[in-house]
Amino acid sequence: MRHLANLLAALYAGLVYLFIFLPVAMLVLFSFQDGGLPVPPLNGLTLRWYEAILADRKLMAALSNSLLVAVFSSAVACLLGFLAAYALARYRLPASALLRGLIVAPMTVSTLIIGLGLLSVLNAAGLRLSLATIGIGHVVINLPLCFAVIYASMGAHQVNIERAARDLGANDWQVMVLVTAPMLMPSILAAFFLSVTFSWDEFIVAFLLSRFDVTLPIEIWNLLRSGLDPKTNAIGSIVFLISVACLVVLELTVLRRTGKSP
Amino acid sequence: MTADLSIRNLARDFGAFRALDNVSLDIAASEFIVLLGPSGCGKTTLLSILGGFLAPSSGSVLIGGRDVTRLPPARRPTTTMFQDYALFPHMTVQDNVAFGLRMRGIAKPERRDKANSFLELVGLRDAWAKKPHELSGGQRQRVALARALAVDPDVLLLDEPLGALDLKLRRQMQDELKAIQKRVGTTFIHVTHDQEEAMAIADRIVVMNRGRIEDVGTPAEIYRRPRSLFSAGFMGEANFVPATVKEIRGSEAEVDTALGPLVLPLSAFATEPRGAGQKVTLCIRPEHLRLQPEDGAAALGQARVVTSAFFGTHHRCRLESRSGTELIAHLPQQAEVAAGRGLELWLARDQVVALAPG
Repeated sequence: MRHLANLLAALYAGLVYLFIFLPVAMLVLFSFQDGGLPVPPLNGLTLRWYEAILADRKLMAALSNSLLVAVFSSAVACLLGFLAAYALARYRLPASALLRGLIVAPMTVSTLIIGLGLLSVLNAAGLRLSLATIGIGHVVINLPLCFAVIYASMGAHQVNIERAARDLGANDWQVMVLVTAPMLMPSILAAFFLSVTFSWDEFIVAFLLSRFDVTLPIEIWNLLRSGLDPKTNAIGSIVFLISVACLVVLELTVLRRTGKSP
Repeated sequence: MTADLSIRNLARDFGAFRALDNVSLDIAASEFIVLLGPSGCGKTTLLSILGGFLAPSSGSVLIGGRDVTRLPPARRPTTTMFQDYALFPHMTVQDNVAFGLRMRGIAKPERRDKANSFLELVGLRDAWAKKPHELSGGQRQRVALARALAVDPDVLLLDEPLGALDLKLRRQMQDELKAIQKRVGTTFIHVTHDQEEAMAIADRIVVMNRGRIEDVGTPAEIYRRPRSLFSAGFMGEANFVPATVKEIRGSEAEVDTALGPLVLPLSAFATEPRGAGQKVTLCIRPEHLRLQPEDGAAALGQARVVTSAFFGTHHRCRLESRSGTELIAHLPQQAEVAAGRGLELWLARDQVVALAPG
């Protein structure tokens, strides 16, 4: 009886994972399709679609644009998130609960609304759409996340450590740069890599706020409009691979923090 | 380096609560001072004010004759050793100790040498490359001490630094702390609620209660000649016996007590007795109750042992006097003190202190 229950549980878990990963597995599998259509049956394996995307200058430009936007917007979001968390955790501010709420609020707003709002603001400000505007959009989306992750890791036990630094002659900037930020580095890195993965495959805001220079999700969407092609599978696989790489780095930094906390 | 420190009429309020109430104290250069008191007595508040982490509501602090009341911690000639050590977790032990020197713009080779010499002082020369999380509690403590001393403070403030250690390690660290203080000559101000620790390390103890200083003196002075009931009760055990002055004759006074009439030398009185009828409270230490009449001992008559426990150096007994007063006595190792036994009790009356009643 017990044996059967275990078996059913294992079967159930297997089905759940199958359900989650089957689409991805299919996508990756048919990126190696030897033929013009990424649908069954599998005719044979080839790397030529990968060759094709590596030779596709528009795709490669979009890929580097995406990386650029992801890294820069995440860095800015982490910096702003850290500063906001530092201020709210270390100083007694008027209406600090309200301020905290306002910083986290964009998490609950749909990206479509944020994108449309930014679009009209940028238009009104007379700013031309570019990679920079996509970056601004991604900062808006990722700042609440970065703030929440970093703020959660700022505890009372670090207050005395900062005090000690001040006592030994450090000024406010030195305390923040030499003591607080390095102390919080695991959670800052966690916030950074989470933010990179979100920015990496973000579509709606990037779509609304871009014109000539586009990010990878937009370029893939352009490809899809001209019909199914194993090329889309190949580039999709690469997107997936890079997301996984980010998550692995994130996991390692978080693991290191829990393993090493003094 | 070292400097004297002068505390003048310090007060600090937290809302309606007066944490520190008009405290004045002079501390000599190179003195080892212990602020002793129960939690909430204001000792940590006082230390925070000395360190510059808290502004007083009124009063001033002078270090080496210079008014530092308004200076931030970084610009005071003080450093603090925190209760939780507050080491920088991401830096090596050496970088921790050298941090204050780095903030003073001292070049890397020089500050490394100096950090190493202070690590040697605290016996951790070989641990310089380790991170704080690789060290034991006692070792972290030493790093914190080396870090605080490395910037040559005039005054070192220690906030219950031994509180987190187990008893054996604590006793060992007390001796080391005292030895290091003698070597560097810095003025140490140490906060604790442990009276044994205070006695072990202090040149002078400052007993605090409810935001006020109750008593100041060497460990022996405070134990043997306490100036208040609180001070007598906090420093070791004491029996408090109410008494009334009956007559003053020359250098002696006769008092009526629950233990019967006693004749005490005038020097037993914390403040000169005004005359007959004055109420006082006698502070009788348990070791001043005797089983034999010695020089100057006063007979207290028969007493009965209620309970007794053997403490190695003595028996600690709860006794009941013939008038029903309960007394705690420390009786010699060899004494026969089984519960229920009757004893003839004497009091070393020259050791008794008569205090103003609480």
